[in-house]
Amino acid sequence: MTQTRRMARRLTRRDVMKSAAAAAALLPMPALAQGAAGRVVVIGGGFAGASCARALKALDARINVTLVEASRTFTACPFSNLVITGMRELDAQQFGYDKVAAAGVTMAFSAASAVDPQAKSVTLADGNRLAYDRLVLAPGIDIRWDGLPGYDEAAANVMPHAWKAGEQTLLLRRQLESMEDGGLVVISAPANPFRCPPGPYERASLIAYYLKTKKPKSKLILLDAKDAFSKQRLFQNAWKELYPNLEWVSLSSGGKVTSVEPASKTVVTDFSRHQAAVANIIPPQKAARVADLSQVADRSGWCPVDAMTFESKQQPNIHVIGDAAIMGAMPKSAFSANAQAKVCAAAVAKLLAGEKPVEPRLINTCYSVVAPDYGITVAGAYRPKDGVLVDAEGGGVSPIDAPASTRAAEARYADGWFNTITTEVFG
Amino acid sequence: MIRLHVFAAIAALTASGMATAADAPPGASSCSGCHPVTAGVATPVPRLNGRDAAQITTAMTEFRTGKRPATVMDRIAKGFTDDETKAIAAFFAAQKE
Repeated sequence: MTQTRRMARRLTRRDVMKSAAAAAALLPMPALAQGAAGRVVVIGGGFAGASCARALKALDARINVTLVEASRTFTACPFSNLVITGMRELDAQQFGYDKVAAAGVTMAFSAASAVDPQAKSVTLADGNRLAYDRLVLAPGIDIRWDGLPGYDEAAANVMPHAWKAGEQTLLLRRQLESMEDGGLVVISAPANPFRCPPGPYERASLIAYYLKTKKPKSKLILLDAKDAFSKQRLFQNAWKELYPNLEWVSLSSGGKVTSVEPASKTVVTDFSRHQAAVANIIPPQKAARVADLSQVADRSGWCPVDAMTFESKQQPNIHVIGDAAIMGAMPKSAFSANAQAKVCAAAVAKLLAGEKPVEPRLINTCYSVVAPDYGITVAGAYRPKDGVLVDAEGGGVSPIDAPASTRAAEARYADGWFNTITTEVFG
Repeated sequence: MIRLHVFAAIAALTASGMATAADAPPGASSCSGCHPVTAGVATPVPRLNGRDAAQITTAMTEFRTGKRPATVMDRIAKGFTDDETKAIAAFFAAQKE
């Protein structure tokens, strides 16, 4: 080992200086002079991470890309509210990584157990160690188990969050299915920021639809830690029209949930106690654990990044994309994650080649389904300004007054979007 | 060994000067979130690859002014300048259909 290292050092001094000078005479030197196009490790195989890994290989097949993901099956969150309400099956949400691997990405089906930003290496739970030139973190969210008194991992088995799709999604569905007609469903929505800003309101809409059609004597209360939310007027207009049994309680009306009591499924606010037949607690969240391991999360629990390259403001050579990152005006959505991933891949490819990344433009579109034939959207473009991503001109929500045909069209486009994005990422 | 390394380094430099998707104009990479790159995806949203650049630019201009009916494109088109739109249109026109 020592001998090899000494030899390498001797060779470096003697020959590489000479040849580097020769190369420099022809062309400017790239950041990586060792010849390979570079090693990129991506952690997290969701919409952000899998998109970024594939985009990197598409940009430059010589880049060595490893995608670290503990699960062999990805379960998508968008559209999982339809699974909860029995309008879709969970397997329609699930994707494997065969096509990602076929695109030239090396899959490492393990969890990251340590990240060393100085040594530029990732240690996996299976013992393997991966060296990187650039690390891309796309870990998504973790629940803040200390964020709501009474709500711990055991409580989530009684009062599901269903904010990470999979078993939690099915648990909430089973609870709704086994609830008697006339039961009280309580949803608790957290303060900002959290994954999928319109998600709690889409979920409330679809559960209200389920109750209206299957259990019409039941009632739904949505307790909110906010006074305003995404697509608010659109949702509220739809609720007034379609779902008289849905009651939204804002922060200023006492909607903030202060604790939960899983034994009796009781949801507590400063002003009242709600004993629920089904309680869906969407708790406070933070960037997933690998962000802490990599020392890229700040005191907010989320990860500040450069608005041009999404490189961490706390650790050089580590980029953070998707829900875990602080992305200015861009919401934590699958569309945003995918768009950020492609911009990040382009920036990383440029940086590995010793070139300057281009100032990006990004787009987001979030579809929400209020009823099977009733879709609404928020959409916009984003650009960096003074170091943060801001709204470009335009953007906004679906028209407040629109005919049923527009709502039906947006519901169809929502379907199309899901098919397109999952094909790009996993197909 | 060293000679190989230097050779590879120079090859890398040369290759990076080639026009690749890395040179996609700002904003273009977001479009494939809704507009499929591959054929056969079940969606009412059209593919952009290989489309006439002028056709894309005209559509974007009409989305922006409200002349052409839209669901989300009226809101998105306003986020791009004429020059940005033209660059994106030219990029998609040059992609394989």
